[in-house]
Amino acid sequence: MYNFDFEKPSTIADAVSALGTEDAQALGGGQTLLPTMKQRLASPSKLVSLNGITEMHGICTGDDGALCIGGATTHADVAAGAGAYPGLAGLAAGIGDPAVRARGTIGGSLANNDPSACYPAGALASGATLVTNAREIAADDYFQGMFTTALDEGEILTEVRFPVPEASNYQKFEQPASRFALVGVFVAKYADGVRVAVTGASEEGVFRWTEAEAVLSGTFSADAIAGMAPGSDGMISDLHGTGAYRAHLVGVLTRRAVTAAS
Amino acid sequence: MPKDNGIGASPKRREDVRFLSGTGNYTDDIQVNGQAYVHFLRSDIAHAKINGINLDAASAMPGVIKIFTGADFEGVGGIPCGWQVTDRHGEPMQEPAHPVLAQGKVRYVGDQIAAVVAETLEQARDAAEAIEVDLEELPAVVDMKAALADGATKVHDDLTSNLCYDWGFVEENKPAVDAAFEAAAHVTTLELRNNRLVANPMEPRVAIGDFNRATGDSTLYTTSQNPHVIRLLMGAFVLGIPEHKLRVVAPDVGGGFGTKIFHYAEEAFCTFAAKALNRAVKWTSTRSEAFISDAHGRDHVTKIELALDAENNFTAVRTDTHANMGAYLSTFAPSVPTWLHGTLMAGNYKTPLIYVNVKAVFTNTVPVDAYRGAGRPEATFQLERVVDKAARELGVDPIALRRQNFITEFPYATPVAVEYDTGDYHGTMDALENMADISGFEARRKASEARGMLRGFGVNCYIEACGIAPSNLVGQLGARAGLYESATVRVNATGGLVVMTGSHSHGQGHETSFPQVIAEMIGIDESMVEIVHGDTANTPMGMGTYGSRSIAVGGSAMVRATEKIIAKAKKIAAHLMEAADADIELKDGSFSVAGTDKSVAWGDVTLAAYVPHNYPLEDIEPGLEETAFYDPANFTYPSGAYACEVEVDPETGKVTIEAFNAADDFGNIINPMIVDGQVHGGIGQGIGQALLENASYDENGQLLSASYMDYAMPRASDVPFYGVDHSSQTPCTHNPLGVKGCGEAGAIGSPPAVINAVVDALRSGGHDIHHIDMPVSPSRVWQAMNG
Ligand SMILES: Cc1cc2nc3c(=O)[nH]c(=O)nc-3n(C[C@H](O)[C@H](O)[C@H](O)COP(=O)(O)OP(=O)(O)OC[C@H]3O[C@@H](n4cnc5c(N)ncnc54)[C@H](O)[C@@H]3O)c2cc1C
Repeated sequence: MYNFDFEKPSTIADAVSALGTEDAQALGGGQTLLPTMKQRLASPSKLVSLNGITEMHGICTGDDGALCIGGATTHADVAAGAGAYPGLAGLAAGIGDPAVRARGTIGGSLANNDPSACYPAGALASGATLVTNAREIAADDYFQGMFTTALDEGEILTEVRFPVPEASNYQKFEQPASRFALVGVFVAKYADGVRVAVTGASEEGVFRWTEAEAVLSGTFSADAIAGMAPGSDGMISDLHGTGAYRAHLVGVLTRRAVTAAS
Repeated sequence: MPKDNGIGASPKRREDVRFLSGTGNYTDDIQVNGQAYVHFLRSDIAHAKINGINLDAASAMPGVIKIFTGADFEGVGGIPCGWQVTDRHGEPMQEPAHPVLAQGKVRYVGDQIAAVVAETLEQARDAAEAIEVDLEELPAVVDMKAALADGATKVHDDLTSNLCYDWGFVEENKPAVDAAFEAAAHVTTLELRNNRLVANPMEPRVAIGDFNRATGDSTLYTTSQNPHVIRLLMGAFVLGIPEHKLRVVAPDVGGGFGTKIFHYAEEAFCTFAAKALNRAVKWTSTRSEAFISDAHGRDHVTKIELALDAENNFTAVRTDTHANMGAYLSTFAPSVPTWLHGTLMAGNYKTPLIYVNVKAVFTNTVPVDAYRGAGRPEATFQLERVVDKAARELGVDPIALRRQNFITEFPYATPVAVEYDTGDYHGTMDALENMADISGFEARRKASEARGMLRGFGVNCYIEACGIAPSNLVGQLGARAGLYESATVRVNATGGLVVMTGSHSHGQGHETSFPQVIAEMIGIDESMVEIVHGDTANTPMGMGTYGSRSIAVGGSAMVRATEKIIAKAKKIAAHLMEAADADIELKDGSFSVAGTDKSVAWGDVTLAAYVPHNYPLEDIEPGLEETAFYDPANFTYPSGAYACEVEVDPETGKVTIEAFNAADDFGNIINPMIVDGQVHGGIGQGIGQALLENASYDENGQLLSASYMDYAMPRASDVPFYGVDHSSQTPCTHNPLGVKGCGEAGAIGSPPAVINAVVDALRSGGHDIHHIDMPVSPSRVWQAMNG
């Protein structure tokens, strides 16, 4: 690890100004950033911890019924406190291990946008709104490929608003070593249609499986998508599975998610 | 009533109090006054010529004391290999030089190019980034068969090829074995890979070199399974320091699994640099570094053939194995695919003719050496897989086929040079059949199928040779060391005992089990006995711990020393009671004269030994301290039968272990709880190998699974509650405790059971599959099912 400065502001405004320093970086739970720094693969000049910002912690229900989760809320707090949205609470409960869930945050996970992370599937399938210190971004516009998002330099994810679906489920098939998602599928059924988001599979990062959405919006049953799978072009091939295997898993997990949600 | 003291009792492990409360003393806990820190700059290219190293900028960095390169080690010995294998043609193996720091070339990702010694570790790392190395990349040799092809790039330019040796065993048997295959009624053939593993002890390696200018003595603190072996190898072959000027200390060690047996360059470096700089020098491996600097295990590619007659009797076994040595020969690497592997190819069966061929190959990968089981898991896996396949091909029950071919008469001389002293293979199989509820399997399979899952049952046997090893025998086989063990038993004046043993405990619980033996022999409480190990300054020359040898060899040395103690104590007691030596009996810590009510307590005798006022000084010396060296007459041969039951999800290929049962014959058992724990841990590692673990290189020699993000370790949730039985006991006939050793059995016996079960499950689902290579990851199983 290289030397760096450390600040822990208590307001979003102070955090934004602290992040104005060149090569300053926000620190959420540190579950991704700190290991990267220990390996000397990242060398921020300054870490700005978001942990002391009270208004970025906690879960509430908005006027429109959406579940609003502060950007610095830990996975453990979401697992315990998002009972109104069981699919999302289940997703948070399955991330990493208890130590990771006690530190890692929803904002950190979504800002990082690891192609194998769980939250991107939850946010995209929910059509969530990502709120920053500067603006609101629709999930459909936010995810821009592996480790890439619509966030500008120094922009902070302060809150995520999840419309609560009628039915939902997240199926995660663990990569045997990291236990991140080898493939993860989040299915959310809303009055105006079904959304299916897939993580872990594509070289482009999290994506919506629109063919399945179209069928499921008509008939919300696993049988309706029997035998369906996305094409394997552009799917990740690595030590843990070929693109064809991942594409196959997308079909299997989507059916399992639909069954579990029904 | 279970015993609560002595042999057969299960006291809790006394060392766990400090391990679990954070008060252990591991090498990294040791802080030597004024210690500096070393960081090794390691190659990130698998094979390259070093055209130049520019240290100018790096040397000027803050805190840098000195940067060493290969040039500083010219005239210093290389890292030695402790075993010389002779090939099929009577020629010695090819043995490349292994410099402490790379000279001229780097040969694997992780090879050390330079060592930066600085005031702090971060300064050393900073400076390492400023070293300019001009590496000219060469083609990497990764695949073993390609490495042996004509015109292949050579890992070592001064060797004739990448072939370390071509070993045939037993070479004279080859024509008869070939003839048996010609005459066979049935031949089963299987090609398989025994996957390469990273040992992953919980504690990464650490070394601290220290030098005392006043006395000229060097000290090395290191994470080792055998400090005396390190002292001998490093002192005699690398640095030229005589043993009386070199102390090696291996304090608490957090697991070894074989990978801490070997003498590593970092140990020699720290010892050398401490003297050169007159500063203690400390190295602590990171977890990432361990993946590319600790010796790996396994990595065999094998073709095995089994010949049977018309009555399904095994008539011959023939194998052809390529064994990966990596880029250099690690300490015991050559012995693993040969003498620890070929000699086990009879398994539990009376196959009369066996021929084993092994080609050991150099590649641009991390050196490969012994890992829990070392050679014996590789032998067991191929044999038990081919027997299972034969049973399927012949349409016979796999257990019945095994039973039909079991060795039943002991001692039994195998056609591969070893003699099994005892065993009861039907006995362990009976115990296994009881535990595994085989008759209920079909109902369990139906229940799984009702849930859309495939269920499979797999069984296998194993035999291992441990209690390593008779020195004269291993000497003939190429070992450059003896394999006896030593113990000094010191009785203190007030009756307590200290045992200084050459064995080393790094998780095995010797501090608990060794005292149980002495408590039993003398009839005193275990708490009166303390075990000292791991420091060459206060233990007799010993060979350390590996090959399930501690209780069988180290324990035997301790028994022999204690017998000497008791014999002398009886003489003292006889004097105190004015009786004849021959009439003295020792029971429950008290000496008595046979046929009388005269007695004297253990503590009175020990006190007399050190306060010899009333003492037979004309006959015996004062004091009560004895040393014994024990050299075993034979290996010991634990054996057993294991069964695994799996569910396979046909949609995803995911394998779940539903049940695992192990029936072992370890001979006599000192502490059943510790034995259970050793078996549990071994099975966990075996399941890890079968389901999860894989050190995978790409064609450029980059280790793809170089961290826990990609190298899958077994976790508690991956394994079931094990059924363990060791009621079938045929004591070893040639050591005083009748013990056989239990440290490796689980890792040797479990992988074939898992794969046999997975194949059984897939076949029940209509898939015509005979084999899947380990690890049977979900994607591999799915691939196998879907062509
Ligand atoms: C052992 C282990 C297992 C894991 N398993 C899983 C798993 O199964 N599934 C899964 O999804 N994840 C997993 N993770 C990742 C975990 O969820 C992390 O919490 C997450 O990736 C990052 O969150 P963090 O709060 O720790 O962010 P940090 O590591 O602190 O930061 C990550 C990045 O986000 C930026 N950042 C942080 N917060 C904000 C914010 N509010 N606004 C803008 N930028 C911000 C940082 O600057 C940094 O670039 C695992 C991690 C570990 C260590």
